Amino acid sequence: MEADWIWGLIGGGLIGTGGAIYLLGNGRIMGASGILGGLVDGSGRSTAAERIAFITGVVLVPFALWMIMGEAPKTHLTSDISVIIAAGLLVGLGTRIANGCTSGHGVCGISRLSLRGLFATLIYIFAGGVTVTLFRHIWGLI
Amino acid sequence: MRLIVSFAAGGLFGLGLLLSGMTDTQKVQGWLDVFGQWDPTLAFVMGGAILPMVLAWRLTRGRAPLTGGTFPIAPQQDLDGRLIFGSTLFGMGWGLAGLCPGPAMAALSYGGFGGVIFMVAMIAGMITAAPVIVRLDRTAANT
Repeated sequence: MEADWIWGLIGGGLIGTGGAIYLLGNGRIMGASGILGGLVDGSGRSTAAERIAFITGVVLVPFALWMIMGEAPKTHLTSDISVIIAAGLLVGLGTRIANGCTSGHGVCGISRLSLRGLFATLIYIFAGGVTVTLFRHIWGLI
Repeated sequence: MRLIVSFAAGGLFGLGLLLSGMTDTQKVQGWLDVFGQWDPTLAFVMGGAILPMVLAWRLTRGRAPLTGGTFPIAPQQDLDGRLIFGSTLFGMGWGLAGLCPGPAMAALSYGGFGGVIFMVAMIAGMITAAPVIVRLDRTAANT
């Protein structure tokens, strides 16, 4: 537990470095929901190759690390399929409607001193906190 | 060149998500669980990620992206209904399963069957969002 924050900081630093490379290299904001969303709803067709290259990196590097370590990293994702589907739908819908998720609004927005980014981050953290409290401590469903 | 930059950025992003523990739903839900065993890790991840980005935004001043083009201009800073509504829905889904889009992609290879189901549902939600957004924007324009 004591080392968790150090790994958080190291991992966060790599996430931010990825975002910095994407911004300074290609002039784009590294938002996971935007990169994937533009690909699946057709709005980002002209930049499809870049989007696919990014997603390939996101999937391939953890996969390579897993192969090197020889043991799958822990995810602790619930086995309740209905919860997974409801959560996935909400995340997909919400991030597109709000134009961003944790990486876009949180990492790239706040670092730019964007009021929208900060505001969105506060809202989704609050909504997430209320959801966990209700579903875990009051209803005992997750 | 643009593709190499994209791949490298994606790779660092995925590696960072894995090392920081953000693909572990227990850590994310632990951060949101203020009345349970609160886990502050996500704050360190956010802090660690924002730092290089602050520097990057600073470096954009008076320059152009390495591969040409222009840097994105800041959008209007309106705190509109779409931002509030969408972020609320996203937060609810994030709390329910402990996954957001980045980690969902990064964990695709090792997240098992549930991770794939989440990804499919998330993509379905993203496709559904397009007509919803058109409707929301039309309503907003009429008021």
